[in-house]
Amino acid sequence: MVDYPGAASPPFRLSMLIYDRRYRSLTIQAVVFILVMLLASWLIDNTLKNLAIMGKTLSFDFLFRRAGYDIPQQLIPYNSDDTHLRAAVVGLLNTLQVSILGCISATVVGVIVGVLRLSSNWLIARLMTVYVEVFRNIPLLLWILVILAIFTEIMPPPNAYRGENPAAEMILFDLIAPTNRYTAVPSLGMTNPPGVIAIGREGISWALVAYVVVLALAFTGRHFLRKRAQRIQDSTGKRPTTWWITLAMFLLPLLVLTWYFGLHLIPPVLRGFNFAEGTNLDNAFVVLWLALTLYTGAFIAEIVRGGILAVSRGQTEAAFALGLRPGRTMALVVLPQALRVIVPPLISQYLNLTKNSSLAIAVGYMDLRGTLGGTTLNQTGREMECMVLMMGIYLLLCLIISGGMNVFNSRVKLKER
Amino acid sequence: MSETEAQTIAFVRRDILPPEPPPVRSSGAILWLRENLLSGPLNIALTLLGLGILWTIFSTVWPWLSNAVWNANSMAECRKIIAEAHGPDATGACFAIIKHRWNQFVFGFYPVDLYWRPVLAFGALFFALAPVLFSDSRKARWIVTGVAFVVTLAASQVLGATGAELGAMLFLLLGWLLLIERRRDWALVATLVYPFLAVWLLWGGTIWGPVMALAGFLIGFVVWQALSRFGMFAFAAAVIVAALWWLVLSDYAARGFAAILPMRLTPVSSDQFGGFVLSITIGVSGIALSLPLGIILALARRSDLPVIKMMAVLFIEFIRGVPLITLLFVASLLLNYFLPPGTNFDIILRVIIMVTLFASAYMAEVIRGGLAALPKGQYEAADALGLDYWKAQRLIILPQALKISIPGIVSTFIGMFKDTTLVTFVGLFDPLKAMSDTIRASFEWKGAYWEPYIFVGSIFFILCFGMSRYSMHLERRLKRDHR
Repeated sequence: MVDYPGAASPPFRLSMLIYDRRYRSLTIQAVVFILVMLLASWLIDNTLKNLAIMGKTLSFDFLFRRAGYDIPQQLIPYNSDDTHLRAAVVGLLNTLQVSILGCISATVVGVIVGVLRLSSNWLIARLMTVYVEVFRNIPLLLWILVILAIFTEIMPPPNAYRGENPAAEMILFDLIAPTNRYTAVPSLGMTNPPGVIAIGREGISWALVAYVVVLALAFTGRHFLRKRAQRIQDSTGKRPTTWWITLAMFLLPLLVLTWYFGLHLIPPVLRGFNFAEGTNLDNAFVVLWLALTLYTGAFIAEIVRGGILAVSRGQTEAAFALGLRPGRTMALVVLPQALRVIVPPLISQYLNLTKNSSLAIAVGYMDLRGTLGGTTLNQTGREMECMVLMMGIYLLLCLIISGGMNVFNSRVKLKER
Repeated sequence: MSETEAQTIAFVRRDILPPEPPPVRSSGAILWLRENLLSGPLNIALTLLGLGILWTIFSTVWPWLSNAVWNANSMAECRKIIAEAHGPDATGACFAIIKHRWNQFVFGFYPVDLYWRPVLAFGALFFALAPVLFSDSRKARWIVTGVAFVVTLAASQVLGATGAELGAMLFLLLGWLLLIERRRDWALVATLVYPFLAVWLLWGGTIWGPVMALAGFLIGFVVWQALSRFGMFAFAAAVIVAALWWLVLSDYAARGFAAILPMRLTPVSSDQFGGFVLSITIGVSGIALSLPLGIILALARRSDLPVIKMMAVLFIEFIRGVPLITLLFVASLLLNYFLPPGTNFDIILRVIIMVTLFASAYMAEVIRGGLAALPKGQYEAADALGLDYWKAQRLIILPQALKISIPGIVSTFIGMFKDTTLVTFVGLFDPLKAMSDTIRASFEWKGAYWEPYIFVGSIFFILCFGMSRYSMHLERRLKRDHR
């Protein structure tokens, strides 16, 4: 090989495709590419042949036919006369619902347990270790089944809450009533509802819009307030106190809105044999949510613990030496560094939770797999289309989550020059 | 000096007093209590909270556990025994179900008189692993193989293996033990042969199927060695020859040999598998296959060749983006579409393929992390020594990168082993859901919810916890830097 500048390159010979490192990589890639393409075409050819033998064609028409099955848990209006497509959307929303709520609650559990595991209290630290090890080393399916059994076997039937001396008592200030069929929780009510924006069959309440707008305004206000405070600090060295303005900006409009709409909690009340007025959450959802929370919480606890341990003690000491108070040390020194370690594995835990939500199959929660990959698939017999669509949606979901979290990650990670 | 002292100070101690013991409050158990449980208001509150949690768990679970019944033939009998012993309102665990249905939990629907075969396959697993996992500690090796030897023979005897079968097992295991201790390199070859032996033991049929599959590897290896001076060509030729052997010739050869010398074990079909035999079969084959596949994928993803890198990225990201359940459904519903019409191959094999692909994508990411964590100097040093790509990987890069990624690799293993319970959704009898449901569906054990879960959960806990402890041990053992 001659590769100093100005050297005449030797004439190309066929054997150089193999013996010359410059060309060999091209050869290898071409061969591998051709082999993979051959394999793919073989698979596709087989698929087409098999479909032809069964007299099936690939078509997504079935999505627009009548579904004809009911879904007990729905976030948007749906009945059995709707299309398979709408059923799939209902399923997707259910998946999203349990995943998002699960991610939030698992993070809360994980952070609390992770911090408590580092506590100087021997008893609590040991208890948390036991929790983490037990939940991490036993399959999620078992936790789902056990919690399901707790709900169906131990929880009282709704009518146990009846009468002068009820056999069961509601928990949390008479707001939540777990029963063996559903969990009754309070719902939100308005005495002065502002009306609804109709979008197709769904409606979005103007109240929700108002809250979102007010919150957005408050965040923008906070942004400008901080900028101003920073400017003043830069020029005079003194930072004006802003916390009460921020607090007022967030709280006042919210309180005014709440007062104006008359927003209040409607606690579940027993009417006849069942709870009415509140919301009756299907136990399938509650069980799946609890199981995902406790299982993923154990993993997140380990991540949080590892992140906090990764910040060396010297950092805290240096912050104290600079005269920072413990709260500000945590917020300005320890947490930013710990987050750098915590966020990447946290992303993969969120992804795991989202994917694990497909274990809804064990409790009969109708998520995406239960609708599109379950009843629709069985009714229409279109395995290929349903599976391709379902895997595509899960893939997209995971890419969106990891994309979003990566943006967050790039904000907290170490800025290196 | 001494005079001034005598005049000005009334008393001077001439000798040092022996040290006093520390006050009771700042030593021993009391100090420990004060420091670890009661050091401040928050700490006291936490201690009380912990005690409260402990008490709640204890007071709900203990009566139930302490009333446990271990000998009964049905749930009704259990309840009767508990009611007689502790009064009509008492509740109690009925672990008799574990004892009564033990074989079903462990072996599923495997034919009763053939139980010794999975037992032997499982016992031999430790013989295959011992030279790899415990290569440098003679004591650990002896303990593991010794326990496996005794337990395998005893269990087979209890489960009703005939004298001839026990004799064959004794012969096989003793020979293997000798091999491990005397001829290290041959023991490693035996480890490579083990998967084929296990397949034969588990599924039965004639021995020539697995032997001919093994022969494919041998033929490929011989071709590669014979043509080794042609470099890359030799490897390609070896792959082609081996593939031809498997696709065209091996079937005829196996049938031919079987006609001459049958060497048959009673065949056991895949739908008879169940319980822990199924979990461990899928888990162990998934673990064994996903590691090499994961290494190849990780190397491909870090490769300089853009086409190969892109394909690896696509594969890994696709697999990591979909839930395992959907892949299992692909295995059960779609895999037959992708194969030539009329092919219908084993559901356990299909599941193993999918589980392996799933785990290998995660494995690839873990190993890629290890490869990235390795200082660049190591790669440059390998280049400077003039090693080619594969030699550099084999001798310098991978040993270090794999060592760094041990915790991740083992947690992938643990995750995969836990995920073997999901096969219940494609109609296989895993111990957790399908087997427990089957047993619960029988008349005698209706209503037994907690006991099967507790039993299966503890087995999973022991196996997974054991794996994670072993990985910690391995990390310490392989630590080469002295920091």
